[in-house]
Amino acid sequence: MTASGAAGSGVPHLDVDPFDMSFFADPYPAHELLREAGPVVYLDKWNVYGVARYAEVHAVLNDPATFCSSRGVGLSDFKKEAPWRPPSLILEADPPAHTRTRAVLSKVLSPTVMKQVRDRFAEAAEARVDALLQMRSFDAIADLAEAYPLSIFPDALGLKPEGREHLIPYASVVFNAFGPPNQLRQQAIERSAPHQAYVAEQCQRENLAPGGFGACIHAQVDEGAITATEAPLLVRSLLSAGLDTTVNGIGAAVYCLARFPDQWQRLRDDLTLARGAFEEAVRFESPVQTFFRTTTREVELSGARIGEGEKVLMFLAAANRDPRRWDAPDRYDITRRTSGHVGFGSGIHMCVGQLVARLEGEVMLTALARRIGRIEITGEPKRRFNNTLRGLDSLPVTITPA
Amino acid sequence: MPAITFIHPDGKSDRVETAGGESVMQAATRHGLDGILAECGGNAMCATCHVYVDESWLARLPAMADDEDALLDGTAAERRPTSRLSCQITITPDLDGLVLKLPERQV
Repeated sequence: MTASGAAGSGVPHLDVDPFDMSFFADPYPAHELLREAGPVVYLDKWNVYGVARYAEVHAVLNDPATFCSSRGVGLSDFKKEAPWRPPSLILEADPPAHTRTRAVLSKVLSPTVMKQVRDRFAEAAEARVDALLQMRSFDAIADLAEAYPLSIFPDALGLKPEGREHLIPYASVVFNAFGPPNQLRQQAIERSAPHQAYVAEQCQRENLAPGGFGACIHAQVDEGAITATEAPLLVRSLLSAGLDTTVNGIGAAVYCLARFPDQWQRLRDDLTLARGAFEEAVRFESPVQTFFRTTTREVELSGARIGEGEKVLMFLAAANRDPRRWDAPDRYDITRRTSGHVGFGSGIHMCVGQLVARLEGEVMLTALARRIGRIEITGEPKRRFNNTLRGLDSLPVTITPA
Repeated sequence: MPAITFIHPDGKSDRVETAGGESVMQAATRHGLDGILAECGGNAMCATCHVYVDESWLARLPAMADDEDALLDGTAAERRPTSRLSCQITITPDLDGLVLKLPERQV
């Protein structure tokens, strides 16, 4: 990895491949290189611009008219290449179309709705800790980070019990597909047919239990907010982005708290810090590492001139550790003021399910910290590789009751 | 620069000097004020920058949009007729002296 100044443009060209296995294994030195090379860089490997500093990432996220989403938020430009699946009506859309669909999902996942599901989510977290205390030694990914969201989110959506094993693999395809045409993406799409068939089926109104998030989306058709053909695609957004993300978020939090026992102790001493401990883990690990935008016009960004129709890769994870924005960015500190981090994005496309994620994280960490004295990592953690998501495949731990 | 007074639930108060053009939430978090969480960073999504506006100031604030109104139904502390989200109040010179009460809790 080297940085060299390209003649003329003023934008440094880098030969970093941010979708390479070696990058995923340890992205931090490369993140620093990307940040320090300049406010805007060019990645020759995939012919895209990149921004890795907080200010520029935040600026791009908050100028959706210039940096659009409707041409895809992965490397693939929908204007030049057919999308691998029908585009999302919310993630891969711009105003005004986006404004209408976004309002529907915001309503379905609002703070008011979170108040209604909170007790149910908290009870499920307690039940999960009951099971973990029986096991004592377990895989904190499969038995905790995956098991907990799987025990509540599909039910909250109103999904049938059958076929749920497709959910995490489907999400894995979606997030791999934002990447370049590397082996991860190609293989994921090649194997996606059964997962796609399952998801398409579950998005239909008759397959969603009354009272769930899915049924609430379909009910918006009766209100005239969306059409009957739009509703299944909006349900699909929750199936795509509602599970694997929280799995990696909770996995990140547990991994942090197991690695930093002083922070675990602080949490045990004051359970009201649970929500902050989760939020800080989202900043620190950034389960969603990157997203792309496409320029709708020629634009100048921090002195760099970018033409129309260019892909811009935003390094959310690098922005979340930019020393220009954060004190001691490489320290996991559960009392940090995290407001403004871009782990959930920012602006009109900021994660519409962020309240669900925080609720899950808060109640799960609260239940863990109240009843568990120590979490000890007992084996080498294994990483799971994905073009967009950062998380572990396994994390062997042993717990001691409080 | 306009100054804002925040009154904490225990009655203590903090006076915050603001910069022009920022929101009340931004001014509060920039000063490290306890009691404003702003989990969503000012995107009108989370209702964790809830404040009660002093009655004498209520009519002088910019009108509330529908999304703010809907979010206020989900605040952790009770919603009152004086409730607002501080990320939706942009500070202007005529808001110098604004008094805001902080709720018992934001989540």
